[in-house]
Amino acid sequence: MAPFPQSSPWILPTTKPKSSPLSFTGWFVLVAALVGSYHLAEISPGKLLHTQGGSSLWGLLAEFFPPDLSAEFLLYLIVPTVKTIQISIMGTALAILIGLPLGILATSTLTFAGILFEGGSLSRSSRRRLWMLPYLLARGGLSLLRSIPEIVWGLLFVRIVGLGPFAGVLAIGLAYGGMLGKVYAEILEGVKQSPVEAVRAVGARRFPLVVYGLFPQAFPNFVAYSLYRWECAIRSAAILGLVGAGGLGQEIEVSMKMLNYPQALTIILVSFILVTLVDRVSSWIRRTLL
Amino acid sequence: MTAPNASPVQSRPLWGAGKTVVLLVGAAILWSYLGTGSNLLLPFQADGRHQVALFFSQLFPPNLSASLLTRALRGSLETLAVSIMGTLLAVLIGFPLGALSAYTVMGNRRFSEAEGSSAVARLWRRLIYDGSTLLLNFLRSVPELFWALIFIVAVGLGPFPGVLALGFHTGGVLGKLYSESLEALDSRPLEALQATGASTLKVFLFGMVPLALPQLLSYTLYRWEVNIRTAAVLGVVGAGGLGQDILVAMGLLHYQDLATFLIATLAIVIAVDFLSTFLRLRLIPS
Repeated sequence: MAPFPQSSPWILPTTKPKSSPLSFTGWFVLVAALVGSYHLAEISPGKLLHTQGGSSLWGLLAEFFPPDLSAEFLLYLIVPTVKTIQISIMGTALAILIGLPLGILATSTLTFAGILFEGGSLSRSSRRRLWMLPYLLARGGLSLLRSIPEIVWGLLFVRIVGLGPFAGVLAIGLAYGGMLGKVYAEILEGVKQSPVEAVRAVGARRFPLVVYGLFPQAFPNFVAYSLYRWECAIRSAAILGLVGAGGLGQEIEVSMKMLNYPQALTIILVSFILVTLVDRVSSWIRRTLL
Repeated sequence: MTAPNASPVQSRPLWGAGKTVVLLVGAAILWSYLGTGSNLLLPFQADGRHQVALFFSQLFPPNLSASLLTRALRGSLETLAVSIMGTLLAVLIGFPLGALSAYTVMGNRRFSEAEGSSAVARLWRRLIYDGSTLLLNFLRSVPELFWALIFIVAVGLGPFPGVLALGFHTGGVLGKLYSESLEALDSRPLEALQATGASTLKVFLFGMVPLALPQLLSYTLYRWEVNIRTAAVLGVVGAGGLGQDILVAMGLLHYQDLATFLIATLAIVIAVDFLSTFLRLRLIPS
Protein backbone atom coordinates (compact mmCIF):
# COMPACT_ATOMS: atom_id res chain seq x y z
CA MET A 1 0.00 0.00 0.00
CA ALA A 2 1.53 3.31 -1.03
CA PRO A 3 1.32 5.77 1.85
CA PHE A 4 1.02 8.71 -0.53
CA PRO A 5 -1.57 8.87 -3.22
CA GLN A 6 0.60 9.18 -6.31
CA SER A 7 -1.66 11.61 -8.09
CA SER A 8 -1.77 14.28 -5.41
CA PRO A 9 1.61 14.75 -3.74
CA TRP A 10 0.53 17.88 -1.82
CA ILE A 11 -2.14 16.18 0.22
CA LEU A 12 -1.06 14.90 3.61
CA PRO A 13 -1.11 11.10 3.83
CA THR A 14 -4.40 10.82 5.61
CA THR A 15 -7.29 9.07 4.03
CA LYS A 16 -10.46 11.05 4.01
CA PRO A 17 -13.04 9.21 6.07
CA LYS A 18 -15.08 7.43 3.48
CA SER A 19 -18.79 7.84 3.48
CA SER A 20 -20.53 4.82 4.88
CA PRO A 21 -19.83 1.72 2.78
CA LEU A 22 -23.51 0.87 2.85
CA SER A 23 -26.22 2.93 1.29
CA PHE A 24 -29.34 3.85 3.21
CA THR A 25 -31.12 0.88 1.65
CA GLY A 26 -28.18 -1.33 2.61
CA TRP A 27 -28.42 -0.37 6.27
CA PHE A 28 -32.18 -0.78 6.19
CA VAL A 29 -31.89 -4.30 4.76
CA LEU A 30 -29.18 -5.20 7.28
CA VAL A 31 -31.19 -4.01 10.27
CA ALA A 32 -34.37 -5.66 8.97
CA ALA A 33 -32.50 -8.94 8.44
CA LEU A 34 -31.07 -8.85 11.97
CA VAL A 35 -34.39 -8.00 13.63
CA GLY A 36 -36.25 -10.57 11.54
CA SER A 37 -33.66 -13.24 12.29
CA TYR A 38 -33.81 -12.46 16.00
CA HIS A 39 -37.53 -13.20 16.01
CA LEU A 40 -37.49 -16.16 13.64
CA ALA A 41 -34.68 -17.83 15.56
CA GLU A 42 -36.75 -17.49 18.74
CA ILE A 43 -33.87 -15.99 20.67
CA SER A 44 -34.62 -15.79 24.36
CA PRO A 45 -31.52 -15.20 26.48
CA GLY A 46 -33.62 -15.57 29.62
CA LYS A 47 -33.80 -19.30 28.99
CA LEU A 48 -30.08 -19.51 29.68
CA LEU A 49 -30.58 -18.33 33.24
CA HIS A 50 -33.53 -20.60 33.94
CA THR A 51 -33.05 -23.72 31.90
CA GLN A 52 -35.59 -26.48 31.57
CA GLY A 53 -34.39 -28.37 34.60
CA GLY A 54 -34.74 -25.17 36.61
CA SER A 55 -30.99 -24.82 37.01
CA SER A 56 -28.75 -22.34 35.26
CA LEU A 57 -26.65 -23.15 32.22
CA TRP A 58 -23.62 -23.47 34.49
CA GLY A 59 -25.51 -25.92 36.66
CA LEU A 60 -26.23 -28.04 33.62
CA LEU A 61 -22.67 -27.87 32.34
CA ALA A 62 -21.45 -28.92 35.78
CA GLU A 63 -23.41 -32.15 35.39
CA PHE A 64 -21.01 -33.17 32.62
CA PHE A 65 -18.15 -33.30 35.11
CA PRO A 66 -16.20 -35.37 35.85
CA PRO A 67 -16.00 -37.33 32.57
CA ASP A 68 -16.63 -41.06 32.82
CA LEU A 69 -13.13 -42.51 32.58
CA SER A 70 -13.92 -46.00 33.84
CA ALA A 71 -11.91 -48.72 32.08
CA GLU A 72 -15.11 -50.45 31.06
CA PHE A 73 -16.50 -47.46 29.18
CA LEU A 74 -13.14 -46.58 27.62
CA LEU A 75 -12.76 -50.14 26.32
CA TYR A 76 -16.27 -49.97 24.96
CA LEU A 77 -15.39 -46.79 23.04
CA ILE A 78 -12.49 -48.41 21.18
CA VAL A 79 -14.66 -49.94 18.45
CA PRO A 80 -16.64 -46.75 17.62
CA THR A 81 -13.39 -44.76 17.69
CA VAL A 82 -11.73 -47.12 15.22
CA LYS A 83 -14.85 -47.03 13.04
CA THR A 84 -14.73 -43.23 13.04
CA ILE A 85 -11.11 -43.27 11.86
CA GLN A 86 -11.96 -45.80 9.16
CA ILE A 87 -14.96 -43.79 7.95
CA SER A 88 -12.78 -40.69 7.64
CA ILE A 89 -10.04 -42.51 5.69
CA MET A 90 -12.35 -44.39 3.35
CA GLY A 91 -14.58 -41.34 2.93
CA THR A 92 -11.61 -39.22 1.88
CA ALA A 93 -10.37 -41.96 -0.46
CA LEU A 94 -13.79 -42.10 -2.10
CA ALA A 95 -13.88 -38.30 -2.31
CA ILE A 96 -10.56 -38.35 -4.20
CA LEU A 97 -11.91 -41.09 -6.47
CA ILE A 98 -14.94 -38.93 -7.28
CA GLY A 99 -13.25 -35.54 -7.20
CA LEU A 100 -10.25 -36.28 -9.41
CA PRO A 101 -12.01 -37.30 -12.64
CA LEU A 102 -14.73 -34.68 -12.21
CA GLY A 103 -12.13 -32.09 -11.29
CA ILE A 104 -10.13 -32.84 -14.43
CA LEU A 105 -13.25 -32.51 -16.57
CA ALA A 106 -14.07 -29.26 -14.78
CA THR A 107 -10.69 -27.76 -15.68
CA SER A 108 -11.15 -25.41 -18.61
CA THR A 109 -7.46 -25.61 -19.54
CA LEU A 110 -7.81 -29.37 -19.95
CA THR A 111 -11.12 -29.54 -21.77
CA PHE A 112 -11.35 -26.65 -24.21
CA ALA A 113 -9.26 -23.60 -23.46
CA GLY A 114 -5.66 -22.59 -23.26
CA ILE A 115 -2.36 -23.90 -24.51
CA LEU A 116 -3.43 -27.51 -25.10
CA PHE A 117 -5.84 -26.39 -27.76
CA GLU A 118 -3.81 -23.70 -29.46
CA GLY A 119 -3.32 -23.82 -33.18
CA GLY A 120 -6.24 -26.08 -33.83
CA SER A 121 -7.93 -26.30 -37.19
CA LEU A 122 -11.57 -25.51 -37.73
CA SER A 123 -12.67 -29.07 -37.05
CA ARG A 124 -10.84 -28.97 -33.75
CA SER A 125 -12.49 -25.77 -32.71
CA SER A 126 -15.90 -27.31 -33.21
CA ARG A 127 -14.77 -30.29 -31.20
CA ARG A 128 -13.67 -27.82 -28.60
CA ARG A 129 -17.21 -26.56 -28.26
CA LEU A 130 -18.36 -30.16 -27.86
CA TRP A 131 -15.98 -30.53 -24.92
CA MET A 132 -17.67 -27.67 -23.12
CA LEU A 133 -20.59 -29.95 -22.40
CA PRO A 134 -18.72 -32.39 -20.09
CA TYR A 135 -17.02 -29.34 -18.57
CA LEU A 136 -20.32 -27.72 -17.67
CA LEU A 137 -21.80 -31.02 -16.50
CA ALA A 138 -18.80 -31.65 -14.27
CA ARG A 139 -18.99 -28.12 -12.81
CA GLY A 140 -22.70 -28.53 -12.12
CA GLY A 141 -22.27 -32.01 -10.68
CA LEU A 142 -19.52 -30.88 -8.32
CA SER A 143 -21.60 -27.93 -7.18
CA LEU A 144 -24.58 -30.20 -6.50
CA LEU A 145 -22.42 -32.69 -4.56
CA ARG A 146 -20.93 -30.09 -2.25
CA SER A 147 -24.04 -27.95 -1.74
CA ILE A 148 -25.88 -30.76 0.03
CA PRO A 149 -24.37 -31.03 3.52
CA GLU A 150 -22.77 -34.37 4.39
CA ILE A 151 -25.28 -34.96 7.18
CA VAL A 152 -28.12 -34.84 4.64
CA TRP A 153 -26.21 -37.21 2.34
CA GLY A 154 -25.80 -39.40 5.43
CA LEU A 155 -29.55 -39.43 6.05
CA LEU A 156 -30.21 -40.41 2.44
CA PHE A 157 -27.61 -43.17 2.37
CA VAL A 158 -28.68 -44.63 5.68
CA ARG A 159 -31.99 -45.16 3.89
CA ILE A 160 -30.35 -46.72 0.84
CA VAL A 161 -27.55 -48.92 2.22
CA GLY A 162 -28.78 -49.27 5.79
CA LEU A 163 -27.42 -48.12 9.15
CA GLY A 164 -23.69 -48.35 9.66
CA PRO A 165 -20.35 -46.90 8.62
CA PHE A 166 -20.74 -47.48 4.87
CA ALA A 167 -23.45 -44.80 4.78
CA GLY A 168 -20.98 -42.43 6.46
CA VAL A 169 -18.30 -43.28 3.89
CA LEU A 170 -20.68 -42.49 1.03
CA ALA A 171 -21.82 -39.24 2.68
CA ILE A 172 -18.26 -37.96 3.14
CA GLY A 173 -17.24 -39.30 -0.26
CA LEU A 174 -19.93 -37.41 -2.16
CA ALA A 175 -19.91 -34.13 -0.21
CA TYR A 176 -16.11 -33.93 -0.04
CA GLY A 177 -15.78 -35.22 -3.60
CA GLY A 178 -17.62 -32.08 -4.68
CA MET A 179 -15.28 -29.84 -2.70
CA LEU A 180 -12.10 -31.66 -3.77
CA GLY A 181 -13.11 -31.64 -7.43
CA LYS A 182 -13.64 -27.89 -7.40
CA VAL A 183 -10.31 -27.23 -5.72
CA TYR A 184 -8.46 -29.71 -7.98
CA ALA A 185 -9.83 -27.82 -10.99
CA GLU A 186 -8.70 -24.51 -9.49
CA ILE A 187 -5.23 -25.91 -8.86
CA LEU A 188 -4.96 -27.29 -12.40
CA GLU A 189 -6.09 -24.00 -13.90
CA GLY A 190 -3.62 -22.10 -11.77
CA VAL A 191 -0.43 -23.96 -12.73
CA LYS A 192 2.37 -22.04 -14.38
CA GLN A 193 2.14 -22.21 -18.15
CA SER A 194 5.85 -22.07 -18.92
CA PRO A 195 6.69 -25.70 -17.99
CA VAL A 196 3.72 -26.85 -20.05
CA GLU A 197 4.99 -24.85 -23.00
CA ALA A 198 8.46 -26.32 -22.47
CA VAL A 199 7.13 -29.86 -22.64
CA ARG A 200 5.18 -28.98 -25.75
CA ALA A 201 8.26 -27.42 -27.33
CA VAL A 202 10.01 -30.81 -27.25
CA GLY A 203 7.13 -32.17 -29.26
CA ALA A 204 4.98 -33.87 -26.66
CA ARG A 205 1.45 -34.84 -27.56
CA ARG A 206 -1.44 -33.87 -25.38
CA PHE A 207 -1.38 -36.81 -22.97
CA PRO A 208 2.32 -36.59 -22.05
CA LEU A 209 1.84 -32.86 -21.88
CA VAL A 210 -0.72 -33.31 -19.14
CA VAL A 211 1.23 -36.02 -17.33
CA TYR A 212 4.65 -34.33 -17.42
CA GLY A 213 3.75 -30.67 -17.75
CA LEU A 214 0.67 -30.19 -15.63
CA PHE A 215 0.41 -32.89 -12.99
CA PRO A 216 3.88 -32.58 -11.45
CA GLN A 217 3.11 -28.94 -10.70
CA ALA A 218 -0.32 -29.67 -9.30
CA PHE A 219 0.64 -32.75 -7.30
CA PRO A 220 1.95 -31.08 -4.10
CA ASN A 221 -1.17 -28.93 -3.86
CA PHE A 222 -3.39 -31.94 -4.52
CA VAL A 223 -1.77 -33.83 -1.67
CA ALA A 224 -1.87 -30.86 0.70
CA TYR A 225 -5.51 -30.08 0.05
CA SER A 226 -6.63 -33.72 0.19
CA LEU A 227 -4.89 -34.10 3.55
CA TYR A 228 -6.60 -30.96 4.80
CA ARG A 229 -9.92 -32.49 3.75
CA TRP A 230 -9.07 -35.64 5.68
CA GLU A 231 -8.63 -33.49 8.79
CA CYS A 232 -12.15 -32.15 8.19
CA ALA A 233 -13.44 -35.66 7.44
CA ILE A 234 -12.54 -36.94 10.89
CA ARG A 235 -14.80 -34.24 12.39
CA SER A 236 -17.60 -35.13 9.99
CA ALA A 237 -17.16 -38.84 10.69
CA ALA A 238 -17.53 -38.14 14.40
CA ILE A 239 -20.89 -36.42 13.94
CA LEU A 240 -22.34 -38.55 11.13
CA GLY A 241 -23.23 -41.15 13.74
CA LEU A 242 -26.02 -38.82 14.87
CA VAL A 243 -27.99 -39.88 11.80
CA GLY A 244 -27.06 -43.54 12.17
CA ALA A 245 -23.92 -43.68 10.08
CA GLY A 246 -21.73 -45.40 12.66
CA GLY A 247 -18.87 -44.19 14.83
CA LEU A 248 -18.67 -41.91 17.87
CA GLY A 249 -21.70 -39.78 16.98
CA GLN A 250 -23.99 -42.72 17.54
CA GLU A 251 -22.56 -43.25 21.02
CA ILE A 252 -22.90 -39.60 22.04
CA GLU A 253 -26.54 -39.62 21.03
CA VAL A 254 -27.18 -42.70 23.15
CA SER A 255 -25.41 -41.13 26.14
CA MET A 256 -27.33 -37.87 25.82
CA LYS A 257 -30.66 -39.68 25.47
CA MET A 258 -29.92 -41.67 28.62
CA LEU A 259 -28.97 -38.39 30.34
CA ASN A 260 -25.54 -39.87 31.03
CA TYR A 261 -23.67 -36.58 30.63
CA PRO A 262 -20.27 -37.73 31.99
CA GLN A 263 -20.19 -40.38 29.24
CA ALA A 264 -21.09 -37.74 26.64
CA LEU A 265 -18.20 -35.59 27.86
CA THR A 266 -15.82 -38.56 27.56
CA ILE A 267 -16.91 -39.06 23.96
CA ILE A 268 -16.38 -35.34 23.24
CA LEU A 269 -12.89 -35.62 24.75
CA VAL A 270 -12.13 -38.74 22.70
CA SER A 271 -13.18 -37.03 19.49
CA PHE A 272 -11.04 -34.02 20.44
CA ILE A 273 -8.02 -36.31 20.88
CA LEU A 274 -8.86 -38.03 17.60
CA VAL A 275 -8.95 -34.73 15.71
CA THR A 276 -5.61 -33.69 17.22
CA LEU A 277 -4.11 -37.06 16.35
CA VAL A 278 -5.27 -36.86 12.74
CA ASP A 279 -3.84 -33.32 12.46
CA ARG A 280 -0.47 -34.71 13.59
CA VAL A 281 -0.51 -37.71 11.23
CA SER A 282 -1.60 -35.52 8.35
CA SER A 283 1.18 -32.99 8.88
CA TRP A 284 3.67 -35.88 9.14
CA ILE A 285 2.50 -37.26 5.77
CA ARG A 286 2.66 -33.77 4.28
CA ARG A 287 6.23 -33.30 5.51
CA THR A 288 7.36 -36.70 4.24
CA LEU A 289 5.76 -36.51 0.81
CA LEU A 290 6.34 -32.87 -0.10
CA MET B 1 15.23 -43.55 -20.71
CA THR B 2 18.55 -45.36 -20.29
CA ALA B 3 20.50 -42.75 -22.17
CA PRO B 4 23.75 -41.96 -20.36
CA ASN B 5 23.04 -38.26 -20.20
CA ALA B 6 19.41 -38.40 -19.24
CA SER B 7 17.96 -35.01 -18.51
CA PRO B 8 18.29 -33.91 -14.89
CA VAL B 9 14.66 -34.49 -14.03
CA GLN B 10 14.10 -33.49 -10.46
CA SER B 11 13.50 -36.71 -8.60
CA ARG B 12 10.27 -36.71 -6.67
CA PRO B 13 10.48 -38.14 -3.20
CA LEU B 14 7.35 -40.17 -3.96
CA TRP B 15 9.31 -43.36 -4.54
CA GLY B 16 12.20 -42.48 -2.29
CA ALA B 17 11.65 -41.61 1.33
CA GLY B 18 7.94 -41.32 0.64
CA LYS B 19 7.55 -44.96 -0.37
CA THR B 20 6.78 -46.01 3.19
CA VAL B 21 4.12 -43.33 3.45
CA VAL B 22 2.47 -44.37 0.21
CA LEU B 23 2.41 -48.00 1.33
CA LEU B 24 1.06 -47.03 4.75
CA VAL B 25 -1.67 -44.87 3.23
CA GLY B 26 -2.59 -47.72 0.89
CA ALA B 27 -2.77 -50.16 3.77
CA ALA B 28 -4.87 -47.69 5.81
CA ILE B 29 -7.32 -47.33 2.95
CA LEU B 30 -7.62 -51.10 2.57
CA TRP B 31 -8.10 -51.49 6.33
CA SER B 32 -10.80 -48.80 6.29
CA TYR B 33 -12.49 -50.29 3.25
CA LEU B 34 -12.89 -53.62 5.00
CA GLY B 35 -13.67 -52.12 8.40
CA THR B 36 -16.49 -49.89 7.19
CA GLY B 37 -18.11 -52.65 5.16
CA SER B 38 -17.78 -50.45 2.09
CA ASN B 39 -18.80 -51.79 -1.26
CA LEU B 40 -17.57 -49.55 -4.03
CA LEU B 41 -18.75 -52.03 -6.64
CA LEU B 42 -22.28 -51.01 -5.68
CA PRO B 43 -22.91 -48.96 -8.84
CA PHE B 44 -21.74 -51.91 -10.96
CA GLN B 45 -24.02 -54.48 -9.40
CA ALA B 46 -27.54 -54.83 -10.74
CA ASP B 47 -28.93 -55.14 -7.24
CA GLY B 48 -27.16 -52.08 -5.87
CA ARG B 49 -28.01 -50.00 -8.91
CA HIS B 50 -31.62 -50.95 -8.47
CA GLN B 51 -31.60 -49.89 -4.80
CA VAL B 52 -30.11 -46.48 -5.56
CA ALA B 53 -32.32 -45.92 -8.59
CA LEU B 54 -35.42 -46.92 -6.64
CA PHE B 55 -34.67 -44.46 -3.87
CA PHE B 56 -33.93 -41.52 -6.13
CA SER B 57 -36.88 -42.26 -8.41
CA GLN B 58 -39.17 -41.98 -5.38
CA LEU B 59 -38.02 -38.37 -5.00
CA PHE B 60 -39.72 -37.47 -8.28
CA PRO B 61 -41.70 -35.45 -8.88
CA PRO B 62 -41.04 -33.09 -5.92
CA ASN B 63 -44.18 -32.10 -4.07
CA LEU B 64 -44.82 -28.50 -5.07
CA SER B 65 -48.20 -28.04 -3.44
CA ALA B 66 -48.83 -24.63 -1.89
CA SER B 67 -48.99 -25.92 1.68
CA LEU B 68 -45.68 -27.74 1.40
CA LEU B 69 -43.99 -24.82 -0.32
CA THR B 70 -45.11 -22.62 2.57
CA ARG B 71 -43.54 -25.05 5.02
CA ALA B 72 -40.36 -25.21 2.97
CA LEU B 73 -40.23 -21.40 2.85
CA ARG B 74 -40.75 -21.15 6.59
CA GLY B 75 -38.03 -23.77 7.18
CA SER B 76 -35.66 -21.94 4.83
CA LEU B 77 -36.24 -18.59 6.53
CA GLU B 78 -35.72 -20.17 9.94
CA THR B 79 -32.48 -21.77 8.74
CA LEU B 80 -31.34 -18.44 7.33
CA ALA B 81 -32.23 -16.71 10.60
CA VAL B 82 -30.31 -19.31 12.63
CA SER B 83 -27.25 -18.91 10.41
CA ILE B 84 -27.32 -15.10 10.70
CA MET B 85 -27.88 -15.02 14.45
CA GLY B 86 -25.37 -17.83 14.99
CA THR B 87 -22.72 -15.95 13.03
CA LEU B 88 -23.51 -12.74 14.92
CA LEU B 89 -23.16 -14.52 18.26
CA ALA B 90 -19.91 -16.03 17.00
CA VAL B 91 -18.58 -12.54 16.27
CA LEU B 92 -19.61 -11.37 19.75
CA ILE B 93 -17.78 -14.33 21.31
CA GLY B 94 -14.89 -14.53 18.88
CA PHE B 95 -13.89 -10.87 18.66
CA PRO B 96 -13.09 -10.17 22.33
CA LEU B 97 -11.53 -13.61 22.87
CA GLY B 98 -9.61 -13.34 19.61
CA ALA B 99 -8.26 -9.91 20.55
CA LEU B 100 -7.20 -11.16 23.98
CA SER B 101 -5.43 -14.14 22.46
CA ALA B 102 -3.44 -12.10 19.92
CA TYR B 103 0.10 -11.60 21.16
CA THR B 104 0.32 -8.25 19.42
CA VAL B 105 -2.50 -7.05 21.65
CA MET B 106 -1.62 -8.80 24.89
CA GLY B 107 2.01 -9.73 25.04
CA ASN B 108 3.98 -7.91 22.42
CA ARG B 109 7.20 -6.71 23.95
CA ARG B 110 7.08 -3.48 21.99
CA PHE B 111 3.79 -2.35 23.39
CA SER B 112 4.02 -3.66 26.92
CA GLU B 113 7.59 -2.51 27.52
CA ALA B 114 6.75 0.93 26.33
CA GLU B 115 4.16 1.14 29.06
CA GLY B 116 6.75 0.07 31.60
CA SER B 117 4.47 -2.62 32.91
CA SER B 118 5.27 -4.33 36.18
CA ALA B 119 5.91 -8.04 36.61
CA VAL B 120 2.44 -8.52 38.06
CA ALA B 121 0.81 -6.81 35.10
CA ARG B 122 2.82 -8.99 32.73
CA LEU B 123 1.72 -12.11 34.60
CA TRP B 124 -1.92 -11.07 34.32
CA ARG B 125 -1.47 -10.42 30.66
CA ARG B 126 0.05 -13.87 30.23
CA LEU B 127 -2.84 -15.50 32.12
CA ILE B 128 -5.50 -13.73 30.08
CA TYR B 129 -3.67 -14.58 26.86
CA ASP B 130 -3.32 -18.28 27.70
CA GLY B 131 -6.82 -18.48 29.14
CA SER B 132 -8.54 -17.02 26.10
CA THR B 133 -6.46 -19.14 23.73
CA LEU B 134 -7.43 -22.26 25.65
CA LEU B 135 -11.10 -21.27 25.74
CA LEU B 136 -11.14 -20.68 21.97
CA ASN B 137 -9.50 -24.06 21.48
CA PHE B 138 -12.17 -25.73 23.53
CA LEU B 139 -15.07 -23.89 21.86
CA ARG B 140 -14.03 -24.89 18.38
CA SER B 141 -13.02 -28.47 19.11
CA VAL B 142 -16.58 -29.41 20.05
CA PRO B 143 -18.56 -29.78 16.79
CA GLU B 144 -21.72 -27.69 16.29
CA LEU B 145 -24.01 -30.70 16.48
CA PHE B 146 -22.56 -31.77 19.84
CA TRP B 147 -23.05 -28.24 21.17
CA ALA B 148 -26.62 -28.42 19.84
CA LEU B 149 -27.25 -31.62 21.80
CA ILE B 150 -26.06 -29.89 24.97
CA PHE B 151 -28.06 -26.69 24.40
CA ILE B 152 -31.22 -28.61 23.58
CA VAL B 153 -31.04 -30.09 27.04
CA ALA B 154 -30.57 -26.60 28.45
CA VAL B 155 -33.13 -24.49 26.56
CA GLY B 156 -35.38 -27.04 24.85
CA LEU B 157 -36.02 -27.87 21.21
CA GLY B 158 -36.25 -25.19 18.53
CA PRO B 159 -33.99 -22.78 16.65
CA PHE B 160 -32.53 -21.05 19.74
CA PRO B 161 -30.24 -23.96 20.75
CA GLY B 162 -29.13 -24.03 17.11
CA VAL B 163 -28.08 -20.38 17.34
CA LEU B 164 -26.15 -21.07 20.54
CA ALA B 165 -24.47 -24.13 19.01
CA LEU B 166 -23.36 -22.22 15.91
CA GLY B 167 -22.27 -19.27 18.02
CA PHE B 168 -20.11 -21.31 20.39
CA HIS B 169 -18.36 -23.46 17.78
CA THR B 170 -17.96 -20.70 15.19
CA GLY B 171 -16.96 -18.26 17.94
CA GLY B 172 -13.99 -20.53 18.61
CA VAL B 173 -13.10 -20.69 14.93
CA LEU B 174 -13.51 -16.95 14.31
CA GLY B 175 -11.58 -16.07 17.47
CA LYS B 176 -8.59 -17.98 16.20
CA LEU B 177 -8.83 -16.48 12.70
CA TYR B 178 -9.27 -12.96 14.15
CA SER B 179 -6.27 -13.30 16.44
CA GLU B 180 -4.16 -14.55 13.55
CA SER B 181 -5.13 -11.53 11.44
CA LEU B 182 -4.41 -9.17 14.32
CA GLU B 183 -1.00 -10.77 14.73
CA ALA B 184 -0.14 -10.56 11.05
CA LEU B 185 -0.63 -6.78 10.75
CA ASP B 186 2.09 -4.51 9.46
CA SER B 187 3.54 -3.07 12.67
CA ARG B 188 4.83 0.22 11.22
CA PRO B 189 1.53 2.14 11.20
CA LEU B 190 0.91 0.88 14.72
CA GLU B 191 4.31 2.11 15.90
CA ALA B 192 3.60 5.45 14.27
CA LEU B 193 0.34 5.66 16.17
CA GLN B 194 2.07 4.73 19.39
CA ALA B 195 4.71 7.38 18.79
CA THR B 196 1.96 9.97 18.96
CA GLY B 197 1.32 8.86 22.52
CA ALA B 198 -1.61 6.55 21.98
CA SER B 199 -2.23 3.98 24.69
CA THR B 200 -2.39 0.25 23.93
CA LEU B 201 -6.19 0.44 23.86
CA LYS B 202 -6.11 3.35 21.42
CA VAL B 203 -3.53 1.60 19.24
CA PHE B 204 -5.87 -1.38 19.19
CA LEU B 205 -9.05 0.57 18.47
CA PHE B 206 -7.72 3.08 15.97
CA GLY B 207 -4.79 1.17 14.50
CA MET B 208 -5.25 -2.57 14.59
CA VAL B 209 -9.00 -2.86 14.13
CA PRO B 210 -9.26 -0.58 11.08
CA LEU B 211 -6.23 -2.24 9.49
CA ALA B 212 -7.54 -5.75 10.08
CA LEU B 213 -11.19 -5.00 9.32
CA PRO B 214 -11.27 -6.21 5.68
CA GLN B 215 -9.73 -9.52 6.70
CA LEU B 216 -12.04 -9.90 9.70
CA LEU B 217 -15.08 -9.20 7.53
CA SER B 218 -13.89 -11.67 4.93
CA TYR B 219 -13.46 -14.44 7.51
CA THR B 220 -16.87 -13.68 9.00
CA LEU B 221 -18.58 -13.93 5.62
CA TYR B 222 -16.74 -17.18 4.92
CA ARG B 223 -17.98 -18.65 8.18
CA TRP B 224 -21.51 -17.51 7.36
CA GLU B 225 -21.29 -19.65 4.22
CA VAL B 226 -20.24 -22.60 6.39
CA ASN B 227 -22.96 -21.85 8.93
CA ILE B 228 -25.84 -21.86 6.45
CA ARG B 229 -24.87 -25.44 5.61
CA THR B 230 -24.69 -26.40 9.26
CA ALA B 231 -27.92 -24.55 10.13
CA ALA B 232 -29.64 -26.64 7.46
CA VAL B 233 -28.73 -29.85 9.29
CA LEU B 234 -29.05 -28.75 12.94
CA GLY B 235 -32.66 -29.90 12.75
CA VAL B 236 -31.66 -33.55 12.67
CA VAL B 237 -30.90 -33.30 16.39
CA GLY B 238 -33.99 -31.14 17.00
CA ALA B 239 -32.59 -27.63 16.65
CA GLY B 240 -35.07 -26.27 14.11
CA GLY B 241 -34.86 -25.27 10.48
CA LEU B 242 -34.96 -27.32 7.31
CA GLY B 243 -33.12 -30.27 8.90
CA GLN B 244 -36.17 -30.95 11.03
CA ASP B 245 -38.45 -30.96 7.96
CA ILE B 246 -36.05 -33.30 6.17
CA LEU B 247 -35.97 -35.66 9.13
CA VAL B 248 -39.77 -35.72 9.47
CA ALA B 249 -40.29 -36.28 5.74
CA MET B 250 -37.81 -39.18 5.87
CA GLY B 251 -39.44 -40.69 8.90
CA LEU B 252 -42.87 -40.59 7.27
CA LEU B 253 -41.41 -41.91 3.98
CA HIS B 254 -42.81 -38.82 2.24
CA TYR B 255 -40.05 -38.80 -0.34
CA GLN B 256 -41.66 -36.24 -2.64
CA ASP B 257 -41.85 -33.80 0.27
CA LEU B 258 -38.24 -34.69 1.01
CA ALA B 259 -37.29 -33.72 -2.53
CA THR B 260 -38.81 -30.27 -2.06
CA PHE B 261 -36.90 -29.74 1.19
CA LEU B 262 -33.67 -30.87 -0.47
CA ILE B 263 -34.22 -28.36 -3.26
CA ALA B 264 -34.90 -25.68 -0.64
CA THR B 265 -31.61 -26.59 1.10
CA LEU B 266 -29.72 -26.31 -2.18
CA ALA B 267 -31.41 -23.00 -2.94
CA ILE B 268 -30.53 -21.27 0.34
CA VAL B 269 -26.98 -22.64 0.37
CA ILE B 270 -26.35 -21.35 -3.14
CA ALA B 271 -28.17 -18.07 -2.41
CA VAL B 272 -26.00 -17.39 0.65
CA ASP B 273 -22.85 -18.20 -1.33
CA PHE B 274 -23.86 -15.58 -3.89
CA LEU B 275 -24.91 -13.03 -1.28
CA SER B 276 -21.66 -13.50 0.61
CA THR B 277 -19.60 -13.05 -2.55
CA PHE B 278 -21.59 -9.92 -3.38
CA LEU B 279 -21.06 -8.46 0.10
CA ARG B 280 -17.37 -9.33 -0.04
CA LEU B 281 -16.95 -7.45 -3.31
CA ARG B 282 -19.03 -4.55 -2.03
CA LEU B 283 -17.59 -4.10 1.45
CA ILE B 284 -13.98 -5.12 1.07
CA PRO B 285 -11.70 -3.00 -1.07
CA SER B 286 -9.31 -5.29 -2.86
